Amino acid sequence: MSVLDNLFVKIAALVRTTLTGLGLGDIWVNLAMVILYLAGILGVMITAALVLVLVERKIAGFIQLRPGPNRVGPWGSLQTVADTIKLLTKEDIIPACADRKVFMLAPVLVLVPTILAFAVIPFGKGMIATDVNIGIFYLIAVSSLATIPFLMAGWSSNNKYSLLGGMRAVAQMVSYEVPMVFSLLGVVMIVGSLQMSAIVEAQSKVWFVLLQPVAFLIYVIAATAECNRAPFDIPEGESELVAGVFTEYTGMKWALFFLAEYANLVLVSAIATTMFLGGWHGPVLPGWFWFFIKTSIMIFFFMWMRWTFPRVRVDHLMHFGWKFLVPLSLANIFITGIGVYLYKTIGW
Amino acid sequence: MRTQEITVNLGPQHPSTHGVFRLVIHLDGEVATGGTSVLGYLHRGLEKLAESRTYPQFIPYTDRLDYLASMSNNLAYVQTVEKLMGIEVPERAEYLRVIFAELQRIASHMVGVGTFVMDLGAVTAVFYPFIHREKILDLFSMTCGGRLTYNYMRIGGLSHDIPEEFLPKLQEFLDYMRTALEEYHQLVTGNEIFLARTKGVGVITKEMAMSYGLSGPNVRASGVCYDVRKAHPYGIYDRFNFNVPVFESGDTFDRYMVRMIEMEESVKIIRQAIKDLPEGPVLGKVPKLIKPPAGEVYHSIENPKGELGFYIVSDGSPKPYRLHIRRPSFVNLGVLEEIIKGWKVADVIAILASLDIVLGEVDG
Repeated sequence: MSVLDNLFVKIAALVRTTLTGLGLGDIWVNLAMVILYLAGILGVMITAALVLVLVERKIAGFIQLRPGPNRVGPWGSLQTVADTIKLLTKEDIIPACADRKVFMLAPVLVLVPTILAFAVIPFGKGMIATDVNIGIFYLIAVSSLATIPFLMAGWSSNNKYSLLGGMRAVAQMVSYEVPMVFSLLGVVMIVGSLQMSAIVEAQSKVWFVLLQPVAFLIYVIAATAECNRAPFDIPEGESELVAGVFTEYTGMKWALFFLAEYANLVLVSAIATTMFLGGWHGPVLPGWFWFFIKTSIMIFFFMWMRWTFPRVRVDHLMHFGWKFLVPLSLANIFITGIGVYLYKTIGW
Repeated sequence: MRTQEITVNLGPQHPSTHGVFRLVIHLDGEVATGGTSVLGYLHRGLEKLAESRTYPQFIPYTDRLDYLASMSNNLAYVQTVEKLMGIEVPERAEYLRVIFAELQRIASHMVGVGTFVMDLGAVTAVFYPFIHREKILDLFSMTCGGRLTYNYMRIGGLSHDIPEEFLPKLQEFLDYMRTALEEYHQLVTGNEIFLARTKGVGVITKEMAMSYGLSGPNVRASGVCYDVRKAHPYGIYDRFNFNVPVFESGDTFDRYMVRMIEMEESVKIIRQAIKDLPEGPVLGKVPKLIKPPAGEVYHSIENPKGELGFYIVSDGSPKPYRLHIRRPSFVNLGVLEEIIKGWKVADVIAILASLDIVLGEVDG
């Protein structure tokens, strides 16, 4: 069992010893390992996106009483491949009056924060690319960068729908970051550390979803808004803004936004798993498999929400964020503080 | 800081304008300060076309008015010609006409509420009504072979009788409708986001509704109890027992609820019609060449979208001298420019969808 449990850690160690055995210097070995980790993360991310596009469409079909994609390959399994080929071969249109540089840069930049954030996600015991001691702080810092590409895309397209979408994206993502950070703060207060591995380790007995149920709820809501998914998909707002910030994007540029959306979905689910659902802890099965299961459940939950609720209006969204979620998360921090204090002084 | 209004051209290519409607809207940030509707992208000149067609030849053209309620359009037109010529329609045909018109009302309202909720962003909510509507379309195609444009009614009756398997299937559908509507209420009506998005949005006051000449569910949501079936009973509608739902506040939520309840009432009417359905012919004694006497006639019926009226001037020839259609979608759309002021872009879309227009009818 422990062989399976440490499978990926063993592989990494093996590669490292092989490289050292080849007589490479420490710097080169470390560099090679970083590239290897990056490749691993990218691999996981892109595979996840490819699979999730199909899964999402199948789940949507299931919820809407229709079969979903079922023509390409068995069970429609090659649908995403066909879609990708279509997107790759599409004409790449840049609107005549667009700000070309910004327009082309935005879809590339939208992926960067997500990839950076994956660096501190513990996929299993010891399976963390860089276990920095300010892990969760780093995570929040890089993921808040994701707002800028949306504004860039909305502004540079020189389209009124895009501009409205971009404005909405900024307003929404900035507002919902506050309750999201506050909800994670509750967990950090209990653990007393910002390190991701320490947070997971602290949940070996009891998951934080039981100690911090309110924080978990706030996190799920804020995270949905952070990755712009329904019912908070107002930057895209199909029925109002045609496609919002994505209106002018075609082919692979559009596909990159799409990829980022799913990568983000995986990321917020992974964070929820790490912070609230005990990370890779679980009986019998290997840790990374538990992590996979828990993340999948979270992803399914997000998809379920998307295909059930109507879209929230932009001013309701702001009211809900600032007048309800922020005070609630502050109250949660206050109560957590009292709890932690009592636990430490009185000892229960 | 100096701010500037932007002008956004919603449509004619836009996912939520229900066809080729165009709304030039002025926005201050997210808030609409005003708008102008631009019509006519689907104008085919049906009224002029009628002048060069014989009376029966015009029936298929009425299918293309409100293409989600072709049966009702057929009915309005043939009843107008019958009124002009004084033709008696057999009992069985009258009952079947009621059954088909009410089925059509359910089908049309299904699309109405489905697309309305979809425009609020709940994509799933459009699939359930469409599945229910599909069952009605099956019943229609079983009878007349058409799924959208039926051309089923004839001057003096119907083109042919219903097939044997129709009534059991219809009975099955009516039983299914009860659970279907309940399920939909659970899925949509109680949803907090849905209520927040619809309650108090796009209010049409009673006075406004009457001065703009609204009809159908839109006027009944504003507290005006006007239903042509009750106010001026046509056909055999005076024989049925049904309620006309009226709501007071005139917001988008009430317009949605009126449609939902009307579907239940339609089911009630159909049940009564099946019970009393007599045997007999479905086409009355009609002259081979339809040549109404010189004169004019106006007749209107309660279409799913509102009061659909035909005005025909006859000069005694086999073709109408002049034909005018009172198209409910067109009249209902008039109020849009006034009620969108001060609402967010998302609400403008919701208000437009709640008026439930069909562009085939708006543009004529």
